[in-house]
Amino acid sequence: MREFVLWFDQYRESDKPRVGGKCASLGELIAAELPVPPGFAVTVEAYDTLRDDTELRSNVRKALAEVDLDDPDSLELTSRYVRDLIEASPMNPEVERAVKASYRELCAACGVEDVPVAVRSSATAEDLPDASFAGQQDTFLWVRGEDAVARAVQRCWSSLFTARAISYRHETGHDHEIISMAVAVQKMVHPKAAGVAFTLNPTDGDRSQIAIDSSWGFGEAVVSGEVTPDNFLVDKVLFEITRRTISPKAIEYVLNGSDRVEKAPVPDDRRLAPSLTDHEIVAVAKMAKRAERHYGRPQDIEWALDRDLPEGDNVVLLQSRPETVWSRRAPRPVARPGQGLLDGIVSTLLSPVHTRDRLATTEGSDM
Amino acid sequence: MAERRFPSPFEVEGPGGSEGWEELYTYSLPFSEDRRSYEESVFWFQDGIHWPDPLTPWDATWYEYAIASLSQYNTRHYLIPPALGIDYRVLYGYAYLTPVPVTDPAEIEARVPQFMERAGFYFMNWNDLYDRWVAKIKDLIAEMEAITFEPLPEKEEMEVITEGRGMGSGLKIQEDYRRLLNLALKLWQYHFEFLNLGYAAYLDFFGFCKEAFPNIPDLAIAKMVAGVEVDLFRPDEELKKLAEKAVELGVEDAFDAPSAGDVFARLEGTPWMDAWNEAKYPWFNFSTGGGFYHQDKIWIDHPEIPLGYIKNYVAKIKAGEDIHRPLEELRAERDRVVAEYEALLATDEDREAFRQKLGLARTVFPYVENHNFYVEHWSHSVVFRKMRELGNVFVKEGFLESTDDVFYIKRDEINEALWDMYSAWAVGTSPRGTEYWPREIARRKRILDACKQWNAPPALGEPPEVVTEPFTIMLWGITSDSINMWLGAGDGDGGGDLNGFAASPGVAEGPARVILSPDQIGDLQPGEILVAPITAPSWAPVFGKISAAVTDIGGMMSHAAIVCREYGLPAVTGTAFATTTIENGTRIRVDGSTGTVTILD
Repeated sequence: MREFVLWFDQYRESDKPRVGGKCASLGELIAAELPVPPGFAVTVEAYDTLRDDTELRSNVRKALAEVDLDDPDSLELTSRYVRDLIEASPMNPEVERAVKASYRELCAACGVEDVPVAVRSSATAEDLPDASFAGQQDTFLWVRGEDAVARAVQRCWSSLFTARAISYRHETGHDHEIISMAVAVQKMVHPKAAGVAFTLNPTDGDRSQIAIDSSWGFGEAVVSGEVTPDNFLVDKVLFEITRRTISPKAIEYVLNGSDRVEKAPVPDDRRLAPSLTDHEIVAVAKMAKRAERHYGRPQDIEWALDRDLPEGDNVVLLQSRPETVWSRRAPRPVARPGQGLLDGIVSTLLSPVHTRDRLATTEGSDM
Repeated sequence: MAERRFPSPFEVEGPGGSEGWEELYTYSLPFSEDRRSYEESVFWFQDGIHWPDPLTPWDATWYEYAIASLSQYNTRHYLIPPALGIDYRVLYGYAYLTPVPVTDPAEIEARVPQFMERAGFYFMNWNDLYDRWVAKIKDLIAEMEAITFEPLPEKEEMEVITEGRGMGSGLKIQEDYRRLLNLALKLWQYHFEFLNLGYAAYLDFFGFCKEAFPNIPDLAIAKMVAGVEVDLFRPDEELKKLAEKAVELGVEDAFDAPSAGDVFARLEGTPWMDAWNEAKYPWFNFSTGGGFYHQDKIWIDHPEIPLGYIKNYVAKIKAGEDIHRPLEELRAERDRVVAEYEALLATDEDREAFRQKLGLARTVFPYVENHNFYVEHWSHSVVFRKMRELGNVFVKEGFLESTDDVFYIKRDEINEALWDMYSAWAVGTSPRGTEYWPREIARRKRILDACKQWNAPPALGEPPEVVTEPFTIMLWGITSDSINMWLGAGDGDGGGDLNGFAASPGVAEGPARVILSPDQIGDLQPGEILVAPITAPSWAPVFGKISAAVTDIGGMMSHAAIVCREYGLPAVTGTAFATTTIENGTRIRVDGSTGTVTILD
């Protein structure tokens, strides 16, 4: 039997191919009791109902057959055309019922009428070039109401046919017709501040540290790189804040008067104010450490500080993926092979560590 | 690079009224024209950790004995490859040091195998040698305790005649004083038998951690190595036990008596007095300062100090507070910290090296932590008491107006004064000392009062490009950064912030209480922020009262840093200028995580 909707906290191991990477990861984090906002996956079976519509299918096939892949304009036009076809075709009634019912259930669970949700694609690995590609194009924030949710799901589906996705599949020989995707519908927090964190120091690979990038408002400002975030370094064992860099934060994503997320300039009095208190910095670091513990390797997380939750309980985890830059490098051992304790002491006396630091920085800044 | 240097010792302007200060010290101690070209060519830093105030003539003994002994071990015992000793001078009463490096690479190379053989022996046999050290120190103290100074008798006892001794009391008092001096020098030789090696092993572990985890806070490393039960905490522990005993016996009202004598009178005959007598020796041979100045009060000689602390602890117990250090928790936390960093290392080889280096650091650290009680507190207390006995003899003979004036005589001049006293006694006439010393000591006091007004520069001479000398870094915490901070502070553009070591994490705001001498400790009010040149182990009980600490001097392993971490209070150490910048009552914010002190008013 086809299941169009699965809750994040109800997956079995075998469900992962049906819910895509994003949803599978959220489910795993919830299972690990990390503070992930609730939500559900609209499965690949739901997407596959598009294929039941023979007219849609033939129109899409025809348009894709005619596209001139070397002509950006043609590619763009075709993409728009195909996406419009998908978005305009009526959703399978069973899927629509399931999505809307689940959304109402989510509203009830949250105790909020028309709870705001984020609707994001959750790609299965082969379908799209990379996760970040998927994530950038087709995230719909602060979606409220069952009709809007259903429409956002369709728009996620159609994002499989962006110009870039079409040309990528052509280059790699993937078939346009057998690709599929799942969609994540997740309760959205209204963040005071949000950002990312690495469970190592990305500048030197120091695994004893957690590096946090943080800025005002929704995390999109940090993730997209549109703002220079505040940066904090926290010791993973003692939870000491070992470095703090407060940056001028020019823009933020905030809710406007008509309940939509929009980019706005940060008022002067908050530009240079730290976006997190010390207490919040440590709370984010502690959560990042839990995610790393759960996966047993360094993580790269997205987090937000919910305005609506009580202080001390307001850090939520939005995503956790393996850190890839330092984790792929060979470990850098510190111990010198064959060096005994006394040899170590001699080299320490000959070049105390403070000196080494100093020489390194002097050399670096001399010219 | 711009011309940035510290004043030359020969150009720096001294305080008015200090003329003649050089005569207060051994002739080799002041800067002088005789060695000017050398003395001007090197970098000197003021050792405010041990000697923040001008030295009286006799107290300079500890300075000379300590630094010469330290040096001797580097230079002649262990052949530390890159380092000879620390050269030392006095300027207007203040202590200035310069490390003497071995500069010839071939010589450094040649010293390495000898160092490894000699230091290796100590590291390999550390625990045995340390046990022997404790026994040696205790014997030495017993030997010093056995010395007594008494006025010369009107006539020698009959036994001197009947036993045919053939010598008299005048020789004995001179011998005893010389013996006391020799024992004091021996004490300092013992002091450095282990210390430099201990710090070297600690620094090796420190360097390993910094290389593996470039951003690890210094205090994490200190936490992994530091002992949970340390002799230096013991006097404070004894106070707590005495407070509990008082509550248990229901005699706590006795501490409301107006003086120490009255407290003891009320407690006479109770089991509490037995407990007090048992605790006080040796544990209350505890100086309110670093132990180097005769002015610093010693608990056992000033029982009102420990009694006052006991009274505070009694009040806490009555208020239902747990005054015990949570030893189990401290141990568990230490184990957690070690296990987590170890797990984060890159390879099994690293974990093996980490365990080995940590093991050695922990082997050597009890000495590093405990020697201070045995030497600077216990032994120095004994020597100061003996010197006061001698002072009383001089008072009785009319050489001195008060006992402590003895510390205004240079250590070798005391031989001359004893000679004068003996000689007049032998001849049966008047000594010159009764006229000479009161006049001379009054002059010396005036000079030292003038020196006290001087704002001693933190450093003199040409700053080094980079500080590489390991002991300057290890023992005094002086790095290129601290030198730059001193150079920058003279610019006067510092704004309202002071920087120092992030010694104990957390943020606190409150009114500052500037404590320049241990006598002012009683002024501290609950919630105030302690601002002091440096703190001493015997101040431990006040850390239960304050909300943060700031010091001029000291690094991560300074006393204030260690105790604040223990009490969970923010601390910033080594700010150089806190006591001269911050005024009593000023509201300040102390950020012990970043090492910043902000003046809010």
